[in-house]
Amino acid sequence: MAFAAFSTATSPSTEPVARRRSPVALFLLLPGILYLVLFFLTPLVSLLLTSVQAPREFGDIGQYDYAFRWQNYVEVVTTYWPHIVRSFSYALAATFFALLISYPLAYFIGVKARRWPLLQSLMLVLVIAPFFISFLLRTLAWKQLFSDESFVVQSLKALSLLGPEAHVTGTAFSVIFGLTYNFIPFMTLPLYTTLERLDVRYLEAGNDLYASPFQVFRKVTIPLSMPGIVAGTLLTFIPAAGDYINASRDFLGGTGTQMMGNVIEANFLVLQNYPTAAALSIILMTVILVIVSIYVKRSGTEELL
Amino acid sequence: MKLSLGKWLLPVYSGLALLFLMIPIGYTFVYSFNDSLKSNITWRGFTFDKWLNVCNVQNGAVCQAFGNSLFIGAVATVIATALGTMIAIAIVRYRFKFRSQTSLLLFLPMATPEVVLGAGLAAQFLSLGVPKDMLTIILAHTMFCISFVVVTVKARVASLDPALEEAGRDLYGSAWQVFARITFPLLLPGILAAALLSFALSFDDFIITNFNSGAVTTFPKYIYISAARGIPAEANVLASAVFILALVVVVTVQVSGAAKARRLAKLS
Repeated sequence: MAFAAFSTATSPSTEPVARRRSPVALFLLLPGILYLVLFFLTPLVSLLLTSVQAPREFGDIGQYDYAFRWQNYVEVVTTYWPHIVRSFSYALAATFFALLISYPLAYFIGVKARRWPLLQSLMLVLVIAPFFISFLLRTLAWKQLFSDESFVVQSLKALSLLGPEAHVTGTAFSVIFGLTYNFIPFMTLPLYTTLERLDVRYLEAGNDLYASPFQVFRKVTIPLSMPGIVAGTLLTFIPAAGDYINASRDFLGGTGTQMMGNVIEANFLVLQNYPTAAALSIILMTVILVIVSIYVKRSGTEELL
Repeated sequence: MKLSLGKWLLPVYSGLALLFLMIPIGYTFVYSFNDSLKSNITWRGFTFDKWLNVCNVQNGAVCQAFGNSLFIGAVATVIATALGTMIAIAIVRYRFKFRSQTSLLLFLPMATPEVVLGAGLAAQFLSLGVPKDMLTIILAHTMFCISFVVVTVKARVASLDPALEEAGRDLYGSAWQVFARITFPLLLPGILAAALLSFALSFDDFIITNFNSGAVTTFPKYIYISAARGIPAEANVLASAVFILALVVVVTVQVSGAAKARRLAKLS
């Protein structure tokens, strides 16, 4: 649902009429800002402090002391580097496939369907429809559709497209599939909002200048829809990299597909190994912030909010 | 022939892509009618039973979780919508120091993976010794909803013509009267959209909830816990009911919006 955030965020902001200075502003801002400082900013600091804690001497499981033990990070990276690599490569793959699937769909809804407003709004409702049903149930539905006894898998085996011993669930394929499926609406909506504003006269001008349809697409359509591509890929990549539902063993994943989110969850909520979970969270957050800032800078949409 | 193929390629593809999006929804809906036992995996025949007796399973555990989700969603939505709307008005209408820092603070929660938000809050509650219960879930949900409210309402405030409020002041309306009679009613569609978005985000949130819920079960958490041993069909019933309700609301808003646009077009 975050689409609204990013799509309006990347649209050229229209400067409103003269803003006033007034004590009212402070009254309006303070409660909300204070809330975010208390429940967003300080938790990040807590996380950072937790990440360098050391186990208490002669303490129970789950008891730690503040120690500035930066060694934790080295241990986390050496132990969990496969999960770190997996998180970002799965997220990258899912972002790529989601873009591939969503772009033509968004183009059709935003450009071709303009003549039929009712069709356009009906299709948009269908794009956001998955948001109305539990994320977990949707993912479980795919698990059951891809289970070994399912019609899909049985047919693939009958056609010898799949070996008799092969599984679909629990593989990298099914996790990336799940991530792609779950984030398609996040990709399609920002793409739609930019494509919907696309002036088709630019495309006609390209045609008039003897550009092939492919050239028009590459040199005109893609650059003009860049804000949507940036917003959509971020909206897919960020949650996909941190996701642990799709990769969970009870959903589409297996032992060999665990991502950073799974390790963080297990260490925090099951093993009570808080420093490890915190250090991994900090690594995840840092990598994502670095990627986001480089990406946003390079694509030139710096005004994000 | 080649031309007509090219013409049909995109619409057919789009139809198939939407169909693909609908597959798990259809699956969930169909299996809400499954005459299943404990777990709802194999098809055992059609029944309306699960729809008629939703709360009967496991002493109403599903309904209890569902009720918790509704309550948490409602409270978090009210707080987040109020705080977010105030910020949105301030950002569009007033000049203040630390503007870019404020924007960054509002943007960051949306760019942070949920697992980090969840673990961070849980680490904070842990170090302060706060027990995790309904309250911690509400605090967490309010936090991640605020930014989305700001973005949604901001667009509406920006499109509001300040001349309308000036007219109110010229007619000797007090600051409060101008807000209550002019600004608020004009912002209401944006505020309602933001509230709906907040509620939807809160209602379907699992990751942050999982870190901050302690023993409290929300609807998504119930599904997560039951996933290993099988989800009862009653969960499908509740999810399908929410889906249908949301769909009706959205379609009504769309249709009435389209009708309004047509009326306006006729007038001008």
